[in-house]
Amino acid sequence: MNEFHGRQNYVADPELMRAVNIAMVLQKPLLIKGEPGTGKTMLAEAIAQALDMELIIWNIKSTTKAQDGLYVYDVVQRLYDSQFGTAGVDNIEKYVKLGKLGQAFTAEKQVILLIDEIDKADLEFPNDLLWELDRMEFHIPETGKTVIAKHRPVVIITSNAEKELPDAFLRRCVFHYIEFPDKELLAEIVRVHFPDLDEALLTQVLEAFYRIRQLPSIKKKPSTSEIIDWIRALQHGGVDPKRVVKEIPYLGVLVKKNEDMDTVRRMWR
Amino acid sequence: MFEDFLYLLRRNGLKVSLTEWMSLMEALEKGLHSSSFTGFYYLCRCLLVKSEADFDCFDRTFLQYFRDVPFEQEVSQELLDWLDRPDVLTDYANWDEEQARINEMLSEEEIEQMLQERMKEQTEEHNGGNYWVGTHGMSVFGNSGLSPKGIRVGGQGMHRRAFRVAGERRFRDFRGDNTLDTRQFQVALRHLRQFSGLVDLPATEFDVDNTIQDTADNGGMLTVRYKKPRQNTVKVLLLMDSGGSMDYYAQMCSALFQAVSKVGHFKDLKVYYFHNCPYNHVYRTPNLMSADALPTDWLLSNLSSEYKVIFVGDAQMAPHELMGGYYYGRDRQRDPDTPKCGLDWLRRFRNKYPNVIWVNPSQRPSWGQYWTQTYDTIAAIFPMFPLTVDGLEAGMKKLLAR
Repeated sequence: MNEFHGRQNYVADPELMRAVNIAMVLQKPLLIKGEPGTGKTMLAEAIAQALDMELIIWNIKSTTKAQDGLYVYDVVQRLYDSQFGTAGVDNIEKYVKLGKLGQAFTAEKQVILLIDEIDKADLEFPNDLLWELDRMEFHIPETGKTVIAKHRPVVIITSNAEKELPDAFLRRCVFHYIEFPDKELLAEIVRVHFPDLDEALLTQVLEAFYRIRQLPSIKKKPSTSEIIDWIRALQHGGVDPKRVVKEIPYLGVLVKKNEDMDTVRRMWR
Repeated sequence: MFEDFLYLLRRNGLKVSLTEWMSLMEALEKGLHSSSFTGFYYLCRCLLVKSEADFDCFDRTFLQYFRDVPFEQEVSQELLDWLDRPDVLTDYANWDEEQARINEMLSEEEIEQMLQERMKEQTEEHNGGNYWVGTHGMSVFGNSGLSPKGIRVGGQGMHRRAFRVAGERRFRDFRGDNTLDTRQFQVALRHLRQFSGLVDLPATEFDVDNTIQDTADNGGMLTVRYKKPRQNTVKVLLLMDSGGSMDYYAQMCSALFQAVSKVGHFKDLKVYYFHNCPYNHVYRTPNLMSADALPTDWLLSNLSSEYKVIFVGDAQMAPHELMGGYYYGRDRQRDPDTPKCGLDWLRRFRNKYPNVIWVNPSQRPSWGQYWTQTYDTIAAIFPMFPLTVDGLEAGMKKLLAR
């Protein structure tokens, strides 16, 4: 059995790696929650790379229906074709296009399926997928065929907790909550992204960063992706490390809301 | 195996189902806890708990259940592996009854601090003592010590770590009964929706079913049909208490206000302000300036009863402010139908709108009779919910219920 041990360009804490391996052994979907910017989506990519499997990403939007993931029967195209007598109109299979879930099922090798931001869709969406994720098969009434997974895909689901997920759905998942990394882990993550970063700058950046996060009135706390952008900006601007904590240059990269900008400026005076 | 744990979890409010329990058993059989107690803790957590809001409850239950489990067997095995010294747990020569009792009294934090101090002082190896970091001793830290309590230095997977993780209760802040930020309020507010296709909107959505039907009826000539989009039909009237005792909750109320206005999926949203209790005027701005005043009567006669009404206020005021007296006294009229006090106005709201809730950022005061008086009176008229994520969700359900 393959095991996930993190990846050169993705730093995972041991708890997360444990959860990934549990989900893979039990063949259950892994549900990942966490603050925005803690690398939920990145995780799937890292696992795919580490295990050398193909990654299929199904991005969920507010209009996505469960059916879209299975297959789409293009009636309108068929209707148009029928008007002009195009050959092959009789062949319904020509108009049945597999969705992301369908692609994952029919893949020749085991793949990783990332269902990204499942909470964006309608409340009923997760329930509509219960059977398919449990049994890893679905039926296409139009062609009378059943698509059965050749290899059970490793399913990773991310959620930003915008909506409650139904209990019946949760019961079938392995759950992991990505906590915001502590100072050491974050330093490690930063080093992965900037292997030759000046230690002095890193210390200063981390200090300023955690001080901003700890301000009680900050509404949108800066996250990992913001600190990485910030360091890039600081490097590009050639800022002297001594100025970082004192002045917080390029604050706009770190803090995105006007109220938060004012708060930081007020506290730093 | 330890089914009691399942029942204890359920008794503490975690809805662990049999499916999840069976997965745990399967996982244990497959050795996914990697034969360590810490591994077992994480395995239980990721299979049995499905929300970070429940982590805290789980931690407490876990501590409660596994506190008295005897560990000797497992630990001795681990120690043997790690130290490769077979005499470890049979060597009781250094046992010191009194030191044991002293150590028992120390708290986790004290031990941690002592350890830090000792690490600075210590320069050489010590074994068998009761002060330094070493093995075989009675000190509260080190390897294979005999102290009933302590920190193991070095090595992984010590049996107490799970307790340390659970004992930290890092997820206390994620509990559902905490008041949290705008985003979570928005999630709660999203429950307030009723979709209907019967709204006065142009038909702009492509209607596949009818297009097929009509095309077929039309002998195969394509006939495109459109239908009206489905839309949320919920209208909301939000009335917020402003000023005075509400200033303490200003941040929370502004978070709620932002959430309500940001959700943006209501068919209509009206927001007005009042102080303590609505009287014959409500106000368009939280400053309650008379220029922004609006007669409450106008509100009651112009907003139809399909509006869902949410009051936000601490419901704590001087009793005469609710029951009548100075605040209302001046323009009282002889007409018996005219409301005579704040309470009468609230009753009018209740009679007009079938769906009204009162959301309260404050808890019922536990001291004194004075402030609870108006709190209880209002709670008797409107269903009252605390301004927390759970409370708001319950409130939204109440608003939708017929």
